[in-house]
Amino acid sequence: MNSIRKNRITDTLFNYLGIASTMFGLIMLAIFITNILIDGIARIDWQFLTSLPSRKPERAGILTAWTGTAWILGLTAVFAIPLGVAAGIYLEEYGKKNKLGTIIEINITNLAGVPSIIYGLLGLEIFVRILHFGASLMAGAFTLALLILPIIIVATREAIRAVPSSLREASFGMGATKWQTIWHQVLPAASGGILTGIILSLSRAVGETAPLIVIGALAYVPFVAKTPLDEFTVLPMQIFNWTSRPQHGFIINAAAAIIILLVLTFIMNGIAIYLRNRWQKRVKW
Amino acid sequence: MPTIQTIDINAWYGTKQALKNISLEIEEHSITAFIGPSGCGKSTFIRIFNRMNDYIEGFKMEGQVLIDRQDINAKEVRVEELRQRVGIVFQKPNPFPKSIFENVAYGLRIQGINDKKVLSEVVEKSLMRAALWDEVKDDLNHPALSLSGGQQQRLCIARTLAVEPKIILMDEPASALDPISTSKIEDLATELKENYTIIIVTHNMQQAARISDKTAFFYMGEMIEYDKTTDLFTNPRHERTENYITGRFG
Repeated sequence: MNSIRKNRITDTLFNYLGIASTMFGLIMLAIFITNILIDGIARIDWQFLTSLPSRKPERAGILTAWTGTAWILGLTAVFAIPLGVAAGIYLEEYGKKNKLGTIIEINITNLAGVPSIIYGLLGLEIFVRILHFGASLMAGAFTLALLILPIIIVATREAIRAVPSSLREASFGMGATKWQTIWHQVLPAASGGILTGIILSLSRAVGETAPLIVIGALAYVPFVAKTPLDEFTVLPMQIFNWTSRPQHGFIINAAAAIIILLVLTFIMNGIAIYLRNRWQKRVKW
Repeated sequence: MPTIQTIDINAWYGTKQALKNISLEIEEHSITAFIGPSGCGKSTFIRIFNRMNDYIEGFKMEGQVLIDRQDINAKEVRVEELRQRVGIVFQKPNPFPKSIFENVAYGLRIQGINDKKVLSEVVEKSLMRAALWDEVKDDLNHPALSLSGGQQQRLCIARTLAVEPKIILMDEPASALDPISTSKIEDLATELKENYTIIIVTHNMQQAARISDKTAFFYMGEMIEYDKTTDLFTNPRHERTENYITGRFG
């Protein structure tokens, strides 16, 4: 009797504790977003999106920053997706499941957790110095591709592993080769999971600043990048730069740029969630 | 003349021996049933005929499997061709998450046949032979996973028939189905016997007795008895077989 009551009380207590914890996070986020919106929403207009940086806050815009982010996003995707997906396929379908395989698996998972600034140092040495890309879009995209490669590989492997073996057996049983089975059955069945991983990793890349600072990307770039070997800046760097300026006008600019960056990442995460839900619904063998 | 012949098959999963010295011969255009308690090796054995065990890690095999006098484990045999000659239907219906049409066409597509007319003909013929055509002819573009379990299993049989195999392996094809679907699969197997050689693994002894010409009883990796089905069920030579078919164990 007593113990039942005690358990009940503990139960209720944890219920409220859980609600409180959840609310804490949500409220903080809401306050932050409201603040940013109040500061910045009025600043977003056509001029803001199409202007080059300037010393005068009211004339400054994010044209170089958002085009740089678009470049980086595209180039990173081009480098990271084929490499990551191919590596994931190899490790899961062809690689031997022996000790070496386990070591590789653990290391890739660990690489996904390495601080991004370390990748920046790696990029600085390899892409900027040894390969002489300079502080260009190429160097930035390759660095970010390295950064998100582990995430894509892990996501690909998990998605492939979730494909039931009965599907593989059915394909092999029909006389399909290994590659035909992977191409016609495994990859389509795993595509939702792979795509989700890709989008989430790219949305991480979009928000990264540290590795790009390390490779020498500039906050002030007076022109829009035209080739992958041009210098560049990206939204987070522009924001970082503006928030460190004394004039109030730049704080407002930063808030406006943050809104743009948030919208971009929310859209990308939204697409990822949509794909994941659709995929989960479809995968019922 | 036997179509299939195995000589002294031994097989292991890691260090655990799954099959011990199994030699048997299977006639053309017959149904052979493999029965025995769970874990007796009958599923392992049936998968030897189209080398479906190749991908299982730690699986090892000795002995010879001859199909039409050819050793199917010989180096020059391409396993993909072998599986087109020796089709397989699994315990759980496992259609591809594609349309009904594409499921049946898959075997041809992977051979590089994409001519719409050829595919349509083969799909229709295969679905007819699998006794599914009348139920699905208006819904060929519907997803295969929207079919019932019994229909899915007949679709899997149609898919196998589409590549014109000579031998069809059925690994407990009806164990996940209701009695009506089961009897449809049994009728189908009996009809297909005219043109194909069928090997079926089953837990259901009535099923073995109803449809098979010969039955092999497996126990702990050994083939205890292999005989005409009528003889094996009415007059088993081994005590173990008798105990099993009378339901005293297993």
